[in-house]
Amino acid sequence: MHELGIVVHVAKTLTELAEENNLKRIGSVTLEVGEVSGIITDYFVDCWNYFKVRYPLLKDCEMKLEIIKGINYCTECQHEYEAIRYGRICPKCHSEHTYLKQGNECNIKQIEAED
Amino acid sequence: MRVIELHKSVTDSNDRDAEILRQQFESRGILLINLMSSAGSGKTTLLERTITDLRNKVNIAVLEADIDASVDAERIEALGAQSVQVHTDGMCHMDAGMTAEGLKAMDLEKTDIAFLENIGNLICPAEYATGASRNVMILSIPEGDDKPLKYPLMFEESDVLLITKTDTRPYFRFDMKKCVERVRFLNPDITIYPVSAKTGEGMEEWENWLLEQSEIIKGKVK
Repeated sequence: MHELGIVVHVAKTLTELAEENNLKRIGSVTLEVGEVSGIITDYFVDCWNYFKVRYPLLKDCEMKLEIIKGINYCTECQHEYEAIRYGRICPKCHSEHTYLKQGNECNIKQIEAED
Repeated sequence: MRVIELHKSVTDSNDRDAEILRQQFESRGILLINLMSSAGSGKTTLLERTITDLRNKVNIAVLEADIDASVDAERIEALGAQSVQVHTDGMCHMDAGMTAEGLKAMDLEKTDIAFLENIGNLICPAEYATGASRNVMILSIPEGDDKPLKYPLMFEESDVLLITKTDTRPYFRFDMKKCVERVRFLNPDITIYPVSAKTGEGMEEWENWLLEQSEIIKGKVK
């Protein structure tokens, strides 16, 4: 239930933000989700829709997702390549000295809110 | 409708809570350890042996986190150590808020070392800071030497790796050298102790590390 855990954290952050800014209702939340963050997007949105209805602040809040591509970087030949397609081994020089440059994110980018 | 830009990670608020909890415990001289591993790797068995071996040296308490049941807490209590069971209600990890809640239910006046026995899972617990001062993880021999390749994050986040159930090595194709290489590639600073809670092999090194870390935390208070 990985996705549910993240949903709880998103709801907590939005609730704090609403208190700080005197917001009554949040219409949407946009998240940046990395391709290799381990989040199953369909399931994530389902969890959100299941969870949000309990809170007046969030009950009409639509979850929008922007996907960030998984990119690996090779420290041997400085090549950047698609993480999902090639995995840990660099397709150019076959080194395993690579790391994930982007694609593990789960960021709250922005919200649309009513005062 | 107005747009508010946040651009922050979902774990931001948890990281804040974790830092507060870490400072609270360190200021009391209590070493809080987040113990992580997959289910069935022997977390509770390791704790049982550790508590028994260090009985006359330090006071250990355990916060047991599971999705359901309280069998683990009962095992720890049977040794005379303090233990509280938290149920996460389906959640696959402990976060700082849940850890703080669970610890509130404990009397830590005489405690030197508090363990959080996290949910048995190699994935999610690694992603959430708990407020512990040290992360310790277990990989047991039967799980295989390929786990650092499959679940890199937990190996990257841990200060210590205990390779447990070393007494079962004759029965499994576990390449210790390869495993250690894979782990060090991910995390060059990690300390690795191969141990068997059953035979006692390697336990002394692990327990000495524990005592040493407890002294470091106590030293910060003075």
